[in-house]
Amino acid sequence: MTELDVKPLRLGSHHFASRLIVGTGKYSTFELMRECLTISEADVITVAVRRERLVDSTGRSILDFIDLKRYTILPNTAGCFTAEDAVRTARLGREILSGLENPGASWVKLEVLADKKTLLPDPVATLEATKQLVADGFEVLCYTSDDPIMARRLKDAGATSVMPAGSPIGSGQGILNPNNIHICLEYLKEGDPNYPVIVDAGVGTASDVAFAMELGCDGVLLNTAVASAKNPRLMAEAMRLACRAGYLAANSGRIPKRLYATASSPEAGLISAK
Amino acid sequence: MISIRVNGEALQIADDSTVENLIAQLKLNSKFMAVELNRRVVPRAEHGRTRLAADDQVEIVTLVGGG
Repeated sequence: MTELDVKPLRLGSHHFASRLIVGTGKYSTFELMRECLTISEADVITVAVRRERLVDSTGRSILDFIDLKRYTILPNTAGCFTAEDAVRTARLGREILSGLENPGASWVKLEVLADKKTLLPDPVATLEATKQLVADGFEVLCYTSDDPIMARRLKDAGATSVMPAGSPIGSGQGILNPNNIHICLEYLKEGDPNYPVIVDAGVGTASDVAFAMELGCDGVLLNTAVASAKNPRLMAEAMRLACRAGYLAANSGRIPKRLYATASSPEAGLISAK
Repeated sequence: MISIRVNGEALQIADDSTVENLIAQLKLNSKFMAVELNRRVVPRAEHGRTRLAADDQVEIVTLVGGG
């Protein structure tokens, strides 16, 4: 490992080379999804748990298009509006992944939503579900708003990672309140610098990923920005590069911002008409 | 026959059916699924010996694309 390499992302009991976590939703075909996952070089991919179609099943499963030896699957509780539903969904996801012998059986991306329009998390129910799932042995990666107090509460409840939203899910607005993300990072990493913080949701384009990483986040989770881009393959590559670029920039010790210019070229030795 | 609910829909199954029998009746690929009976997960190893009773609520789920 050289200084130009991105250090592995540590999430609970897991280690990953990539700091980008990508979703598998909204792709026009499973084949395109598979290509984008490969291009992104992500090691962790998210999936949702849904009722099996009892009739008219196409017989094609997303799992036929995912290399279960290559990827660690992160099942989510997306769409759950109560702590109880989220806990049930997490347990069902664990049961499927246990059967497939995928390391993702140990964890869950917890989402407990409050409102269909904003898809903002319900903080009270999220905290309750976190406690229940931690007690049940899950490593809980917790989707939350960018509220630093809530972030701290979730960490205290045993969340393996707190994942504040940059902006509403699927909105593509990027990081609307970098100050809050900054405070979340300060609070969560105080005395615990390796505690992983991941920006989850709101990413629209590559610069959003780079910005999140430059702020000091440990990783970024995104889906729509790639899957719904006009050319998802190009955006998957852009996201991969942005994650690496942002990580290296964050660790390089950037220059302070100054009001006035400072010349890059020496003043000495200029030719002069005088 | 007894009536149960599977994924929110009424379904008739033979008396004394197990979860395994139900999956076979529905012709589902059990590799990619998980089963919940009355809000509790039924581990795969117990499908063959878990019997269903009238009015049981069964959820059969799988993984789909998501973020």
